[in-house]
Amino acid sequence: MEILVCARRVPDTSENEIELNSAGNDIERDELVYSINEPDNYAVEEALQIVTRVGGNVTVATVGGEDDEEILRREMAMGANHGVLISDDAFNGSDGKGIATILKAFVQRGHYDLILTGVQAEDGAAQVGGMLAAMLDYPFASLVNSIDVLDGKKLKVSREIEGGNKEINEVDLPCVLSIQTGINEPRYVGMRGIRQVASVPIPTVSASDLGFDPTAVGEAAAKVKRVDYFVPVLGKGAEILHGTREENIEKVLELVAAKGGLK
Amino acid sequence: MARIFSYIVHKAGVPDDSAFELVAAAREINPSASPTAILTGWGSDLDAACDAVGASYPEVWKITHEALTYPNAEMIRKALVKVLPTNSVVLLAHDHFGIDLAPGLSIKLNAAFISDLVQIAGAEGADLQAVRQEFGGQVSTHVRCDISTGAVVTIRPGAFKAVEITPGSSLVVDKSKEVGTLAAGRRYLETIVAEAGDVDITKHNVLVSIGRGIQEKDNVAIAEELADALGAAVSCSRPVVDAKWMEKARQVGSSGKTVKPKVYLACGISGSFQHLAGIKGSPFLIAINKNPKAPIFQVADVGIVDDILEFLPEMTNKVRELRHVA
Repeated sequence: MEILVCARRVPDTSENEIELNSAGNDIERDELVYSINEPDNYAVEEALQIVTRVGGNVTVATVGGEDDEEILRREMAMGANHGVLISDDAFNGSDGKGIATILKAFVQRGHYDLILTGVQAEDGAAQVGGMLAAMLDYPFASLVNSIDVLDGKKLKVSREIEGGNKEINEVDLPCVLSIQTGINEPRYVGMRGIRQVASVPIPTVSASDLGFDPTAVGEAAAKVKRVDYFVPVLGKGAEILHGTREENIEKVLELVAAKGGLK
Repeated sequence: MARIFSYIVHKAGVPDDSAFELVAAAREINPSASPTAILTGWGSDLDAACDAVGASYPEVWKITHEALTYPNAEMIRKALVKVLPTNSVVLLAHDHFGIDLAPGLSIKLNAAFISDLVQIAGAEGADLQAVRQEFGGQVSTHVRCDISTGAVVTIRPGAFKAVEITPGSSLVVDKSKEVGTLAAGRRYLETIVAEAGDVDITKHNVLVSIGRGIQEKDNVAIAEELADALGAAVSCSRPVVDAKWMEKARQVGSSGKTVKPKVYLACGISGSFQHLAGIKGSPFLIAINKNPKAPIFQVADVGIVDDILEFLPEMTNKVRELRHVA
């Protein structure tokens, strides 16, 4: 099975506190630690496991710039056969539909039986996979938390729905699936593995390579635009205890008892 | 101003709570709007759900088809594309069904797509300003969208205060004949109900709930010891289950269990909306987190900025000490 995984490099929220920049028009990006978007990493692991069972190849593609190459190498160190950087100045400022348009053109250049995305990017909208599927007229399933290959033409796919329940579907190939975290246990990638793929050339694909009108994407074509960033005020805010740890523990125990818990 | 539609999810003849939140969102987009409801399905359940939206929706479009007994996003997309007027604004709940349907629908309608909106910040003609969250709610962003050629908008469940259900009946228009044949490359087989697990976290008054801050599987014992000492149970947020440190039955959140404890100790939990959606009944919420900017501090009653890996064991010792004295 030929599998394409569409991945993104994003600020890693487990490594960073996300804060505003001084102008309020973006997050503070200096000194941010970036990594592959977490659900995308699960998608690559799932693709690798499928290929181990039924054979085939895994290609990981990202729309971005030079800096984004590092996630392609990381996923190749995991075992992906190919990494492709889809990059062009004309792509800058694309909204979700723009990214899906670029990916559609890329998909049509090759031959893929299965296309995976992560369910959502940290700064994203859970949109590109569903849009790409509609553009290609492929079936789509979101929030996928297990995949069985039934035969060469269909999959049995479980979706995560409310309350931890699972919705089981049969899906014809080729299709697009968005992968939920927890579907598998992504393998560890060590420095050694990354060094082994450090010099593998990563092909870059541009707007002209894809042969489509670049005015269909990028900032000018985007219908949805970010205006600014701000820190939301959700509730009244907690009363923060400023005592020593011991004092805080005593206070918490008092509260737990008073509020009806501790017997 | 384009016509506004709400796609309404229903189950066993009862419309989802979001049906009345979508009315509130529609009125913020256009105060004079009375949105039209669209419901799809089959048989008496569909009719009951159409009746139950009452006069909150003066007009209801129903699409009835045996193949829609269980909602299939691809078929429903095809049906909606057939019946919706050009430049419509379509509202849906941002739930597992909305995530399935909405992005593809926006492509087929050639409409703008705004996902998981939590607030309408302004609407003037075809210029819609909305608020979305990014990075698990750590920051919000205003987005601006041109809806002149229509829009598909998913609304975060619970973000808008539901309008009161207006009693009365609406005009139900049967649109089924307009949709033609419905086929899809995806077929629903069955729903598998989540396993109960060894501990029922929905039955406990006190929950010691752990998140990513617990850092590794071996540290889960720290929370278990505290819970044992308190007579509480350990629950957790999604990253702990994803990492296979605890079983799914312990997960609190929209994709896990809904709990109603009296006291909820959120330990190393950032406080994403998906997690908070699983905490009901307004328990006393105590948050312990190293990151003073964690969103959980905005919704907690009491907060402590500390490392749970040190705080929890000391708290356990204190509880044991008190018990021993008693």
